[in-house]
Amino acid sequence: MSDLLIELFSEEIPARMQRRAADDLRQRVTDGLVEAGLTYAGAVAHCTPRRLALSVQGLTDVSPTTTEERKGPRTDAPEKALDGFLRSTGLTKDQLEVADDKKGQVYLARITRPGRPAAEIVAEVLETTIRNFPWPKSMRWGEGSLRWVRPLRSILCILTREDGASVVPLDIDGIVAGNTTEGHRFMSPGRFAVTSFDDYEARLKRAHVILSSEERADHIWQDATNQAFAAGLEVVEDAGLLAEVAGLVEWPVVLMGKIGDAFLDLPPEVLQTSMKEHQKFFSVRDKTGKIVRFITVANRTTADDGSTILAGNNRVLSARLSDAKFFWENDLRVARAGMETWTDALSNVTFHAKLGSQAERIERIAALARELAPAVGADPDLAERAARLAKADLSSEMVFEFPELQGLMGRYYAEAAGEDPAVALAAQEHYSPLGPSDAVPTAPVSVAVALADKLDTLAGFWAIDEKPTGSKDPYALRRAALGVIRLVLENEIDLNLLEAFDSCLKLHNAPRPEPNDSDDFTGMAADFNLLSFFHDRLKQHLKSEDIRHDVIDACLTGDRTDDLANVTARARALNSFLATDNGENLIQGYKRAKNILDQAEAKDGVEYSYGADPKLAETEEERAIFAALAPARPAIEAALAAENYPAAMTALAALRAPIDAFFEAVQVNADSEIVRRNRLNLLSEIVRLCTRIADLGRIGS
Amino acid sequence: MGITDTPRSFQEIILRLQSYWATKGCAVLQPYDMEVGAGTFHPATTLRALGPNAWAAAYVQPSRRPTDGRYGENPNRLQHYYQYQVLIKPSPPDLQELYLGSLQAIGIDAELHDIRFVEDDWESPTLGAWGLGWEVWCDGMEVSQFTYFQQVGGHDCHPVSGELTYGLERLAMYVLGADHVMDMPFNDPSAPIPLTYGDVFRQTEEEYARWNFDTADTAVLLRHFEEAEAHCSEILSKPAEDPKTGKRIVMAHPAYDQCIKASHIFNLLDARGVISVTERQAYIGRVRALAKACADAFLTTRAGGWTDAA
Repeated sequence: MSDLLIELFSEEIPARMQRRAADDLRQRVTDGLVEAGLTYAGAVAHCTPRRLALSVQGLTDVSPTTTEERKGPRTDAPEKALDGFLRSTGLTKDQLEVADDKKGQVYLARITRPGRPAAEIVAEVLETTIRNFPWPKSMRWGEGSLRWVRPLRSILCILTREDGASVVPLDIDGIVAGNTTEGHRFMSPGRFAVTSFDDYEARLKRAHVILSSEERADHIWQDATNQAFAAGLEVVEDAGLLAEVAGLVEWPVVLMGKIGDAFLDLPPEVLQTSMKEHQKFFSVRDKTGKIVRFITVANRTTADDGSTILAGNNRVLSARLSDAKFFWENDLRVARAGMETWTDALSNVTFHAKLGSQAERIERIAALARELAPAVGADPDLAERAARLAKADLSSEMVFEFPELQGLMGRYYAEAAGEDPAVALAAQEHYSPLGPSDAVPTAPVSVAVALADKLDTLAGFWAIDEKPTGSKDPYALRRAALGVIRLVLENEIDLNLLEAFDSCLKLHNAPRPEPNDSDDFTGMAADFNLLSFFHDRLKQHLKSEDIRHDVIDACLTGDRTDDLANVTARARALNSFLATDNGENLIQGYKRAKNILDQAEAKDGVEYSYGADPKLAETEEERAIFAALAPARPAIEAALAAENYPAAMTALAALRAPIDAFFEAVQVNADSEIVRRNRLNLLSEIVRLCTRIADLGRIGS
Repeated sequence: MGITDTPRSFQEIILRLQSYWATKGCAVLQPYDMEVGAGTFHPATTLRALGPNAWAAAYVQPSRRPTDGRYGENPNRLQHYYQYQVLIKPSPPDLQELYLGSLQAIGIDAELHDIRFVEDDWESPTLGAWGLGWEVWCDGMEVSQFTYFQQVGGHDCHPVSGELTYGLERLAMYVLGADHVMDMPFNDPSAPIPLTYGDVFRQTEEEYARWNFDTADTAVLLRHFEEAEAHCSEILSKPAEDPKTGKRIVMAHPAYDQCIKASHIFNLLDARGVISVTERQAYIGRVRALAKACADAFLTTRAGGWTDAA
């Protein structure tokens, strides 16, 4: 057994790529070793800004010897066949054996592949790994043609056994593997040799490199929270930033600095964004939530305890925040003057070449928001006003500088302009929900604008035939449709999508697409495939509630399939019903009834929809169905009218036992034609009643 | 290492960089005599990064970015500024160390400061060029751009050049402790006639800002753009053999001058606000086509690796 240590030492690796690269290194090397016949006990990979390291413990010293028996041609086969066999096995004729086979005597080759030493295999596997490494972006350097994320400077590759460590002989385009590495670029220059992973990690630490990124992150977080705590403050958590910063340093040193008084009045989000995006600083807030300090992480200690570094960072931050303050103050002036210069400026901004300018788009959204307002319980005037202002901040200097603050700045500026709080809130919220886990707005004005914004986008791109295909969805239309679905469902809005689409298309001056457009997203028949697209997204969305696709398909019948809240309510009720014993059995009964009915109708060439006559019932079981149908029918109709689908399902459940009993005891095809027809008419009534809520025929078994 | 004496003026920083890179074997060139947006446009970078021949050059390049003009009022934004540019081909294995040495030379002591190489990939859509590298941070401030050129003018770079670009004003402000670029000493503050950066450039920043934003004649500029574009193609369409001397003279550099001209005119038109978002891409594409044609032509010259035997 030996332990393998690999280190690929390079110029600075982008922080965002380090973790994945370390995992890839581990995966590819260990896979390669195993494929070549070696086994190992465990493997751990590490990354720092300048190195990927892999430690494999308990690696076998040689791969096993393998023997393969291969059957060749018959001994009386032509010479040519034998020659081919010898070539393919690499043996000579006298090395072959002869064996008995069903067809007679055949040649038999016994090919033995001797085991290979681990070092040889490691060298091969590592070379293959390096030459085929899946960096998101890689480069060449100098005169070479080797590719790596940044110039690869050295390779450490040793196998450690009880009797010592040995270098694995390897030369990749002139980079010869050895047993040495480097410590911190500035604090511990020079190379040193290592003998094992433990030795490597310990020596690196003495050379001011913490190998484990988790350890670096922990150290940063501990130190940051301690320093903040000592000052009676709190660090704003940011896991992404912590991981990134841990990938920028080998020897983290946490420094806390003050934010100049002049900047403390900026909105906290502006401070936080500016500090994070430009400087990779953590924000530190006081008890009231105000951001008052920053934390930066340096890559070294200094003789002056970091005071020069902190002073430098402070100056850079002041320059940055001066810019932000300048934007904020200029923007506030425009906002207080009514934001017209911003909304006017949006006429010069193209939304999409075929869909006009942002200003034109806002006109459409405003009209649509007004139209949707009653359905969502919003004041139409406020909804329209909110839509007109919701995107004004796109022209502001702050959003130009920090696009991620769009919406939020809109709210601040609308508030400064003295707009209704609902209008200001809509500016922030109308982009939501942005993803499946993003919160859904509930304020009616926000909901109206959010819906209008998304529906206008969807209908517009549909009208110009820019639909998502496969993995391509450049305008995030799937996300927009999911946003509409979540807005509708979570706010329980009765919205007729087809009417809304029509309004959108009118506002776009676009014709309604031809019925039966062949470009259908779900394969379902639909006269307008944007609705099918919504249905498809709805299925995806309801997956999280464990509602099956076929259940939703069953509910996509009738004339209200564009009312997603209704479809969903029916699907939920049906789904719960199917989970019960009654539901499962009723489906079977329904299918049986439908089959018999379909066959009889096809055979007889008539439709059995005359209604069944209880007087013609001959058996108890038939009479029981008539007895069950009488109260069930009005109960179901009443529940449907009240859109109380669980109640409708309960009423339907009452039919299960009589139907089961009926099929148990009664032969539909009676000798008497009158009785037979009456029974078929009875089945028809059952089938029709069952499909009042959903097309149960679409439910798979 | 240890204490490094700090330069006292903007020009001293330039002089120290010049002498540092001279001692490291670079040919210290002079600025290119045309208006360019960045030091990369100098043919000593753009064209020399192409082809197989080794190269090592360092130079100051006055650069113009009309949209960045702020009438001399913004503490660190200028429509005319200086870049210090180093290009070495093939990129030497110790380029990072050489670079850090240059920081030491201008008074940035790595023992006291926090110097970091932070991912920043470089791309110039107008030059059809890209590379991977970093922005170099000193105490959280970007002081240089460090790039390994992978492609220029649509051609793979082989060998790869290492390019260093220092934004001189920002770097100097940091080293000299100036909060406003205009307050920074240009020459030695104890000279008989001490001059600040503002003494030299405040007035021109005002004048050019007004001209760039409001006065430049867009009709004339549009025409000049078309002319430069046409002229570039025309130059390149000439046969390689010069009818007068009978020599093979491919006019890659004169054609490239027209490309530079078109690029700068585009920047001026952009500052004048007459280029819409959609047109922008088209203009950039047109300049890129010129850059690409010039790169193609350069590769058929001796400096670009062309040999008579080929």
